[in-house]
Amino acid sequence: MHPAYSVILFTTASGAGYGLLALLCLVGISHGEASSLVFGLTSMVIALGLITIGLLSSTFHLGHPERAWRALSQWRSSWLSREGVLAVVTYVPALLFGVVWSGLYPAPDLIKPLAVVTGVLALLTVMSTGKIYATLKTIRAWHNPWTIWVYLTFALATGATILAAVTSVFGNFPAFLVWFSSAWLLVALIVKLGYWRSIDAAPRDLTMGDATGLGRLGQVGQWELPHSAPNYVQKEMGYAVARKHAAKLRRLVIAALVLAILLMLAALAVPHAALLSMALALFASVVQRWLFFAEAQHVVTLFYGAKAA
Amino acid sequence: MTSLPPPSAKKLGLVIDLDTCVGCQACATSCKEWNTQGYSAPLTDFNAYGSDPSGVWLNRVHGYEVKEQGQEQSRIVHFPRSCLHCEEPACVTVCPTGASYKRAEDGIVLVNPETCIGCKLCSWACPYGAREYDQSHGVMKKCTLCVDRIYNDNLEEEDRLPACVKACPTSARHFGDLGDPDSKVSQLVAERGGYDLLPEMGYKPVNKYLPPRARRDATTSRAEALPKPDGSAFDRLFQWADKVLSPKKAVARANEIDHSGRLEG
Amino acid sequence: MTQPAVNTSPKTWDEVKTTTCYMCACRCGIRVHLKDGRVTYIDGNPDHPVNKGVICGKGAAGIMQHYSPARLSKPLLRVGERGAGEFKEIEWDEALGLATEWLAKVRAEDPKKLAFFTGRDQSQGLTGWWATQFGTPNYAAHGGFCSVNMAAAGLYTFGGAFWEFGEPDWKHTKYFLLFGVAEDHGSNPIKKGLGQLKARGAKIVSINPIRTGYSAIADEWIGIRPGTDGLFVGALIHELLTAQKIDGDYVLRYTNSPWLIIENPGHADDGLFARTPQGSALVWDSHSNSPMPALSPDAAPKLMGRFKLPDGRRVVTAFTLIAERFLDAEWAPEKVSGRCGVPVETIKRIAAELARTAFEEEIALDVPWTDHLGRYHEKMVGRPVSMHAMRGISAHANGFQTCRTIHLLQILLGTIDVPGGFRYKAPFPKPAPPGVKPAGKPGQVKPNTPLPGPPLGFVTAPEDLLVDGQGTPQRLDKAFSWDAPLAAHGMMHMVITNAAKKDPYGIDVLFMYMANMSWNSAMNVPDTIRYLTQKEPDGSYTIPKIIYSDAYASEMVHYADLILPDTTYLERWDCISLLDRPISEADGPADSIRQPVVEPERDVRPFQTVLLDLGTRLGLPGMTRTDGSPRYPGGYPDYIVNHERAPGIGPLAGFRGPNGRAQGRGTPNPEQLKHYIDNGCHWFYELPEHMKYYRHVNWAYLDWATFFGFIGKPEPVIHQLYCEPLQKFRLSAQGHGKVVAPEQHRQRIASHFDPIPFWYPPFEGEMVSEEEFPMHAVTQRPMAMYHAWGSQNAWLRQILSRNWLYMAREMAAKLKVADGDWVTVTSHHGEIKAQAKLMDGVNPETVWTWNAIGKRSGTWGLDPGSDESKKGFLLNHLISELLPEREGGYRYSNSDPVTGQAAWYDLRVRVARAADQEQVSEPQFATINPLARAE
Repeated sequence: MHPAYSVILFTTASGAGYGLLALLCLVGISHGEASSLVFGLTSMVIALGLITIGLLSSTFHLGHPERAWRALSQWRSSWLSREGVLAVVTYVPALLFGVVWSGLYPAPDLIKPLAVVTGVLALLTVMSTGKIYATLKTIRAWHNPWTIWVYLTFALATGATILAAVTSVFGNFPAFLVWFSSAWLLVALIVKLGYWRSIDAAPRDLTMGDATGLGRLGQVGQWELPHSAPNYVQKEMGYAVARKHAAKLRRLVIAALVLAILLMLAALAVPHAALLSMALALFASVVQRWLFFAEAQHVVTLFYGAKAA
Repeated sequence: MTSLPPPSAKKLGLVIDLDTCVGCQACATSCKEWNTQGYSAPLTDFNAYGSDPSGVWLNRVHGYEVKEQGQEQSRIVHFPRSCLHCEEPACVTVCPTGASYKRAEDGIVLVNPETCIGCKLCSWACPYGAREYDQSHGVMKKCTLCVDRIYNDNLEEEDRLPACVKACPTSARHFGDLGDPDSKVSQLVAERGGYDLLPEMGYKPVNKYLPPRARRDATTSRAEALPKPDGSAFDRLFQWADKVLSPKKAVARANEIDHSGRLEG
Repeated sequence: MTQPAVNTSPKTWDEVKTTTCYMCACRCGIRVHLKDGRVTYIDGNPDHPVNKGVICGKGAAGIMQHYSPARLSKPLLRVGERGAGEFKEIEWDEALGLATEWLAKVRAEDPKKLAFFTGRDQSQGLTGWWATQFGTPNYAAHGGFCSVNMAAAGLYTFGGAFWEFGEPDWKHTKYFLLFGVAEDHGSNPIKKGLGQLKARGAKIVSINPIRTGYSAIADEWIGIRPGTDGLFVGALIHELLTAQKIDGDYVLRYTNSPWLIIENPGHADDGLFARTPQGSALVWDSHSNSPMPALSPDAAPKLMGRFKLPDGRRVVTAFTLIAERFLDAEWAPEKVSGRCGVPVETIKRIAAELARTAFEEEIALDVPWTDHLGRYHEKMVGRPVSMHAMRGISAHANGFQTCRTIHLLQILLGTIDVPGGFRYKAPFPKPAPPGVKPAGKPGQVKPNTPLPGPPLGFVTAPEDLLVDGQGTPQRLDKAFSWDAPLAAHGMMHMVITNAAKKDPYGIDVLFMYMANMSWNSAMNVPDTIRYLTQKEPDGSYTIPKIIYSDAYASEMVHYADLILPDTTYLERWDCISLLDRPISEADGPADSIRQPVVEPERDVRPFQTVLLDLGTRLGLPGMTRTDGSPRYPGGYPDYIVNHERAPGIGPLAGFRGPNGRAQGRGTPNPEQLKHYIDNGCHWFYELPEHMKYYRHVNWAYLDWATFFGFIGKPEPVIHQLYCEPLQKFRLSAQGHGKVVAPEQHRQRIASHFDPIPFWYPPFEGEMVSEEEFPMHAVTQRPMAMYHAWGSQNAWLRQILSRNWLYMAREMAAKLKVADGDWVTVTSHHGEIKAQAKLMDGVNPETVWTWNAIGKRSGTWGLDPGSDESKKGFLLNHLISELLPEREGGYRYSNSDPVTGQAAWYDLRVRVARAADQEQVSEPQFATINPLARAE
């Protein structure tokens, strides 16, 4: 699948934003009001900023961004629509939560209920993003139980490192947060490894013969493409990263996550190391998301020369 | 209306005969010319007079080599591919805007170009590559089964066919109601073993493909040869010519030099 | 839930006009839909006899042809060097004035110094007549490099041929043999036919080195080695004769098989028919045991035997000689198998299947008819075996004889114009061969004087040749000379070479129409370009003036001095005439017109009207009244309606006479074109049932055809299995007859003008070393394209914007060529670089490509860096128009020795992986200064 940068940016940024938002809600539930107005506002602005940047970026991918509002209509059947609805709906409790939790408008009683509602909606939004991909039967690498967990864990892991990094800047940096975000990074790494293992093991058992139905006669190979220059389907669905290149990038993701964990642990001694850890975690998130597309083979490629999918 | 309507009794679709298609592209260009001024208009071309010219087409003809059991050489099968108007099309259910929909009355899958946001998700959901994104108009385009021809009051009855079907010079394309078991297309499918593409995807394509028939060549035909009589083939032919064609041969052969047809000396 | 309302009855047009397609040579009926004066949609006309509503990939892309950025828009005069692409726009008056000045001078001095050649011309009725009126013998269209072998072999054998001369009886045939590439001619009718065969389950056998297109759906594919089809067919004949599986009645009654041939070796009458003093051929009557005139109703002719005539001469029936030839062990399947690359069992099985289908699955229609001798037949009996061949057979140096071999097979099976067999299309059958002789003999070409007859025709004896006393060709292309005596379509492929070499003479003006002779229509492109720009010591061009008319900025346009821009096919009047290349159906004659459906918004004029205008300016008799005013002031449509070739017979056969009620023959009808338009731009006359078959010997039909002017007299067309005209040439090569072949041509004539079909290896393969050039290289035309026109079309070029060199996987493995490698292809003449694509369905000794896709950079309105010029290529660069030197230094054209058909399928090459793998084809020619460009 063609790795469109707008989609990668959207899913990683908004994922990190929702992850952070969910964790802030957790903080609100466990600790009540934010430790300071500045910290509360800053972290809320970052969370909602990432979400907003992500959502705006996703509209760049659209042919008609001005019609994006229409995407809210089909929540009954479409995960993309559900994601849009959830994203929009989440803003309401999230903004209220931010106002109350940061102390801009003190209402301690409302923190918990708003945090629960916001946190749940944030995670549901990330889950529905994952569902968009996981429900596509045409792409084996996505139509996989691990897909949703990859989206969720990377959202939370990157959210956690951002939370840690922001906290480190504000000086009040509990060791718990180091362990907490390191743990999420580790979980994300494990889930990603599990995902890769799963897609590598999944048999690519559909052939050109299956796609064309000509397999009933014998072995099928391509003779002539319909047109001599590549078309939309070939460019969008036919993108394939070389196996060797993909392996290198996988190692890069693993290395970045491991390093992010180590740096996060180092933050016990040097709090600002959390900033570097966050950068690496976000980098890893972007690269793994790029690979998520680039490694995914669409079944339509069988019509265009792929031997198996 | 991305939720699917209740299954319609009428299931309009195409039956494509892979045994007869010669790959002439008549269906592809006829589709292009009708639809570039029809419901999905226009079907944009990019770099039309430069390098790597490409464009939006709703029907494309592939060519495959198929190596059959027992055959030394592959055969080429021409394979037109377009929207199959599935009974359970994921391209419709994933659409976030309702621009993609399956018509309740005849099952045709359409995209409303007025409401499509061009998110491309439907093209990801389609295993058949039936949906093409027109970047110059920012919307998705696909086969409409010529919905603007098949019911068009301005056309003569005989022309109310999808442009590809009307054009096809070998009659390799058939249009009709596959929901009606007595229709010509349904009977054709039954007789010739018409099949679904990628049934494992579960989208229940309405369009059907008729498989190429078995060859009738050295690998399949009985070894047959004309009898080779003993003796001179020429003499035999001569006798045959004499007997079969000139039965009244009682007449004397005074001036005939050589009965066998050879000049002596 | 609501779904959006869809307008299912949009009216995307405000007007529909019928006309005739020109996206290839099929000439299907089309309906052009217009909105606000712009073409919006083109589909097939359901009422049209040719295509009955279907349309092909090309036809449906006609809009893009019409609105092509490559269209020329104004007359152009060359200002720079020839070929540099420097022109200035001029007005039509100046252009026509210049052309008239150049042409008038030639006509006043020596009319043959005008060479007038038209390419994919569909108005040869007019252009040939114009040349006649001008007085030059140097006229032809592109048939000489296209299909003259196919046409001539059929016309000399049974007065018809494949394609526009006839077609299989698609409705009844049960077994169809398809020889060679057929996708490019008669495309929709053949596709419709194949569809019918598929629907009925008839067997289709394709004999073709390449298994694409029609061959891909054949029930059986025989991947024969190029140029060996004649051997394969001969072996089938051998098998059938051996088993006496031939239609004896048919052969005896309707062919010259029983005709008596004089056996008098070494004498002037050897091999000629024994004739009565009145000229009638003789047969041996078995009742009276004596010779009788061949067409006497009472004769019971002997099919075989040798006899002594009362005057003592020894004679033999033609069939005896045919049997002797094909029963020879030389033709046994075992003997030909290796050379053809077809297994012995396959040949034997096909022969058996043919016999079984022809004789055990006989068809009999309940239609009584009467034959030429007045014999009444209760039924029309048919042998449901049919065949088709075109370029794949034609474009070999043995194509004439091979095509005759195929006809011999058809006739022995009794399957010409019978139910289930081959069917003639009107105006065929014609006498075999037709009676027209070419004009242009010494003394017939005179200043300011029309030729006494048409420049093209059918030579039947050496006396008919256009040569002088020394045997020197009178035509520039050497057609109808000893080089190519039966060159019925001329030899356009030799015109530029011969003009540049002044062999046999130089010319003053080269006038061409719609022929891309500096590119894909030329053999040997690099030298052709050199010839077009070659100069004399005094600095003038060897070909002094070149006038060219075309609608598009083709490669050839750039080499012209004066360009007369033509309209597109949707902007013109035309007639598809029975006097020219007909579009009739087997069920009856048909013709059609083109009408302008849109007005040109450019300053262009239809070539045919321009030609008539030039004719008037030159004062050509047929085009000028005695007062000097134009005979056809209304241009081409005026000519179409009012021209008469014979009293009552004009370009269009329909809607003649007062009120348009007459058909075939009738006075010119001023409303004729209106009638055609009202009838969908065509006319079709369905023959009554009893005239639909056996037309070569069908009394009623022959009478009717005489009235329609198709034939001069109601005489039967007896199939000439033994072709006496060829024997006359052989005799002249032995020194007999009034006109004797010059010494240097004798051996060639003696060996190739065999009156009985035979096979010889194509010349190029014989003249180069098999080891050095082990492979055959041929082209096919993609079904979605027609020549260079198609590959500039915005839609069609998306399908193929470049070509590849296809080769067999097993051969590629031997040559260490991988899929996608760039390879060099080398012939005795040149070398190209192309990208290889591997496949299975190709004869292993053959490589092939799609033709006419490669373009010269800067032409056809395409971006100079487009794929067509950077990755596309032509095999033409490898093909020499001349054969290697023979003894004495003479170089014959690379053509069939009988007809002069360009032998471009004889190409032999070697293929190797290129050292340079850069993604560019070679040779690359300098970019031409574009004359037209896309916005």
